[in-house]
Amino acid sequence: MTQRIEARFEQCRQEGRAALVTYVMAGDPDPETSLAILKSLPKAGADIVEFGLPFTDPMADGPAIQAAGLRALKVGQDTDKTLDLIRRFRAEDQDTPVILMGYFNPIYVYGVDRFLVDAKEAGVDGLIVVDLPPEEDDELCLPALKTGLAFIRLATPTTDDHRLPAVLKNTAGFVYYVSITGITGAATPDFGKVATAVERIKHHTPLPVVVGFGVKSGVHAAAVAKGADGVVVGSALIDAMKGTLDADDRATSHTVEAVTTLVKELSEGVRSVAKKAAAA
Amino acid sequence: MSAQTQPNSFRTGPDERGHFGIFGGRFVAETLMPLVLELEKAYEAAKADPAFHADMEYFSKHYIGRPSPLYFAERLTEHLGGAKIYFKREELNHTGAHKVNNVLGQILLARRMGKKRIIAETGAGQHGVATATLCARFGLECIVYMGAVDVERQKPNVFRMNMLGAKVVPVQSGTKTLKDAMNEALRDWVTNVADTFYCIGTVAGPHPYPAMVRDFQAVIGKETREQMMEAEGRLPDSLVACIGGGSNAIGLFHPFLDDRSVEIYGVEAAGHGLHKLHAASLSGGRPGVLHGNRTYLLMDRDGQIQDAHSISAGLDYPGIGPEHAWLHDMGRVNYISATDDEALEAFQLCSKLEGILPALEPSHALAKVMEIAPKKPKDHLMVVNISGRGDKDLFTIAEHLKQDIV
Repeated sequence: MTQRIEARFEQCRQEGRAALVTYVMAGDPDPETSLAILKSLPKAGADIVEFGLPFTDPMADGPAIQAAGLRALKVGQDTDKTLDLIRRFRAEDQDTPVILMGYFNPIYVYGVDRFLVDAKEAGVDGLIVVDLPPEEDDELCLPALKTGLAFIRLATPTTDDHRLPAVLKNTAGFVYYVSITGITGAATPDFGKVATAVERIKHHTPLPVVVGFGVKSGVHAAAVAKGADGVVVGSALIDAMKGTLDADDRATSHTVEAVTTLVKELSEGVRSVAKKAAAA
Repeated sequence: MSAQTQPNSFRTGPDERGHFGIFGGRFVAETLMPLVLELEKAYEAAKADPAFHADMEYFSKHYIGRPSPLYFAERLTEHLGGAKIYFKREELNHTGAHKVNNVLGQILLARRMGKKRIIAETGAGQHGVATATLCARFGLECIVYMGAVDVERQKPNVFRMNMLGAKVVPVQSGTKTLKDAMNEALRDWVTNVADTFYCIGTVAGPHPYPAMVRDFQAVIGKETREQMMEAEGRLPDSLVACIGGGSNAIGLFHPFLDDRSVEIYGVEAAGHGLHKLHAASLSGGRPGVLHGNRTYLLMDRDGQIQDAHSISAGLDYPGIGPEHAWLHDMGRVNYISATDDEALEAFQLCSKLEGILPALEPSHALAKVMEIAPKKPKDHLMVVNISGRGDKDLFTIAEHLKQDIV
């Protein structure tokens, strides 16, 4: 049920490296540009793409992603349009896993059952919903798993060994370790501590463990890739993109390229760390 | 009125997962979930500890000035010519509003938990001032998040917080009002997990906040019960309170929810009117998920949260406490609304007839008292919660009445 995700991690294992997971916001700075960016990501070296569902009140996100969401909403992005962009991406790329990431309210308001059907049909592989801890699994996680969508859980530095099994229980696809206590795009983590944390999580699950929050450069990506099965980068890509927008937050001829340039650097960082290829 | 079956008791919620019917819950990021569970455990322990209750009673009496009087508003009663109107005088509390009841409880709890750094969100500034006050009293670090728009329109309260030693952080994100202040407080909490206690100002947020804040505010209704028995030898016939998040209202209502003879009215802020900009989540919103709980929210078709509007910064929030959402669906409480203009009129009437300047928040409740009381018989006992005093609103009121203060 999570075939595209599994196949992609398997491919990375075969290549003896960690996966690069990129996050950009759907509809930012406008739908067509965000689709162009999405399409460019795998070509620049992204293995898995996360597409942000804009929300007015992203309580776990830092300034970069908050602003990205508001830019998207300002030009009229909504859940229907986001699924439509994924449909168009999927028409050209049948292999790259697409993860929708956001907050529960727009999904709840869309209607959970209808959303799951539409998301699956559009070509979504998994969901990351920040404000749904295991305590609220009935809401979306269990229905998603039934539909055949991976529900990817966040594990954090506050998730202790006692709690970890509950967090991992209904997780599918991969586990997303949040490297710091904090919001996206904030502090750069202590990479040594992150490696220890990943090790701890791997004792509890056979799933790949990816690490995100605070990864900004190829050097950071390489540091994380040493210990983790994947590296997630979001705010840094959005910052790079934002730097190219005009005074009215409109895309310019440099917008897509600014993102792909950084993705190439991150990809080189990830690929610079040789990991043991799967013995199988 | 809803067709749903009514429960045997309206006072047993929430369930162990923090739900009032479908409302409430714990919709927070994983980083915060262990903290929310730790808080729940600590609160359960405190509730069972007589020493905690003794501290609450001591500081309620000697620091806040409880019990607050239940006052017979004789001239307003005569003027309206119907129900006998009583004011529950929460505006006489230290810091000038009901907010301090809850803050005292949370700060005593934070001390038990060994937390040294207190964060809070504030809209009008009343909760921020109450938090800054108790942090000063107990020597705790205090950081108050306040929307940049609210910082501008509530300058006296910002100055008060500064004088009390708190740090006020103007929030520049989103719409720069109360909901964004709450987002920013949550972002702080997610970052400073080890030493920080988040003191939420209303009956919202993830479980256990809605139940815990209600418990701390229920002193309002408990006192009212006793005071009315003393004054009239029986329970009141109706209760009226204003609702933003709904903490003063639930505090008054909760001890009476199972007394079915008591009519209960919650008054939301209708702003410019329910078909224009307003802050009436129950009258104009739908169920959704924000700030840790499911409740009625003002939002667009796509689930994006909309700006609320009220003349009263304290009611200017696009959601409402989950227990109110449930009581609304159950039909136990009548939720109605008052506009900015109606509240202003009630403010002036109360000031002139009773010599009491109510805050703009309870002026909304008074506006509906003006409507309901004349239709009731003279032996009908009505209690309205005067949840705060109007001094903080004088600049706003002067502006609306086109008068100069100096």
